[in-house]
Amino acid sequence: MEAHPPSGLFRPPAYVAAQGGMGALRVQDDWVRQMAAVKSGDRAAFAEVFRHFAPRVKGFLMKSGANAAQAEDCAQDVLATVWQKAGLYDPAKASVSTWIFTIARNRLIDMARRDRRPEPELLDQEPEPDQADVYETAQENLRLVAALEQLPEKQRQLIRRAYWGELTQSEIAAETGLPLGTIKSRIRLALDRLRLRLAEGSATTTTTPDFPKDKT
Amino acid sequence: MIRHHLSDDLLMGHAAGTLPEAFGLIVATHVSLCDECRARLMTYEALGGAVLDTEAAALADDALERCMARIGGQEAQPRRVASATLPAPLLDYVGGDLSKVKWKTLGMGVRQAILPTSRRASARLLYIPAGQAVPDHGHRGRELTLVLQGAFRDETDRFGPGDVEIADQEMEHKPVAEAGVDCICLAATDAPLRFTDFLPRLMQPFFRI
Ligand SMILES: [Zn+2]
Repeated sequence: MEAHPPSGLFRPPAYVAAQGGMGALRVQDDWVRQMAAVKSGDRAAFAEVFRHFAPRVKGFLMKSGANAAQAEDCAQDVLATVWQKAGLYDPAKASVSTWIFTIARNRLIDMARRDRRPEPELLDQEPEPDQADVYETAQENLRLVAALEQLPEKQRQLIRRAYWGELTQSEIAAETGLPLGTIKSRIRLALDRLRLRLAEGSATTTTTPDFPKDKT
Repeated sequence: MIRHHLSDDLLMGHAAGTLPEAFGLIVATHVSLCDECRARLMTYEALGGAVLDTEAAALADDALERCMARIGGQEAQPRRVASATLPAPLLDYVGGDLSKVKWKTLGMGVRQAILPTSRRASARLLYIPAGQAVPDHGHRGRELTLVLQGAFRDETDRFGPGDVEIADQEMEHKPVAEAGVDCICLAATDAPLRFTDFLPRLMQPFFRI
């Protein structure tokens, strides 16, 4: 395994400015805008996304048990998927980091022959994402990154290890009481947004008369 | 109204992609029915995105060129599946809706159907006639039970459609299906159940429960 540079070196610019305010949002907005360009086939925009995210995907895969060669190959593959599926990226629902994380996770499951991961029923995608939602999602992502950075090292490491697949489920259970208050505000935000979808009648219908939701 | 939700560790495990498949099936099915847990799952995925931002490893100089070289034809876009009777994640495992379930009788009207998952944990659908007790059983591991239709009660509470009961090791309980509608549940466990009556223990390997 290659030696890793200390993670602080690779702290995204977004975080550096997270405590400062607007600059951070600009960075997050930039990735959203780059993704919109990628979606329309802009190769230069994709090169920028690649340069920023491919090393992070490779780092994540190596921490998750892949050797350097596998991680290199798989990171290229994940970014190829980013190009191909750019049209499915919904900036109102997830930051670019989050979206790429889910692609890397799914690819890792295949590569490491981990247990298959059943996907929840997909929600309808908004044709045009609401700009206020995009802004909120970007901002909440920054708060999460900042909250993670501000945790004591031991707790931060535990959360990272949970995502690298190094913790058993009961170890995760013992740690999910962590004081990550930001998670709670992020949950509220995501929930408000889902409720809004429901109100607009655009949410998926998962129930039918044969399969009624409990009314009590 | 769903009252019993998924625990944070299950949501985090599902976001990280590390749950046994059978537990993942419970999470995906519940999330398909519950916006609150969907929001929590999205949040744990966002935390995964934050973790992704914390670690980087340099790529080969020609990585971008090699990545571009693999970009081929358009990939098919996933579609939403609509079902008459089952949430989408379950459809794949059943091979259709409720009418396609291949039930096996366990006696006293109770039926089950084992679903194909990895062996780290097992998943099955359980059919319990209204008013019928599920055999008293304890657990060697963790058991998750998601109600799809009807309701059951045990010593702890009432569980209706969409509710998940999370039973850990020590718990001995006696669930009883409510009168009225037959109860259908999705249950997943990472250890064989030990029935204390109803089924001779020797038969358990045969039934794979
Ligand atoms: Zn829930």
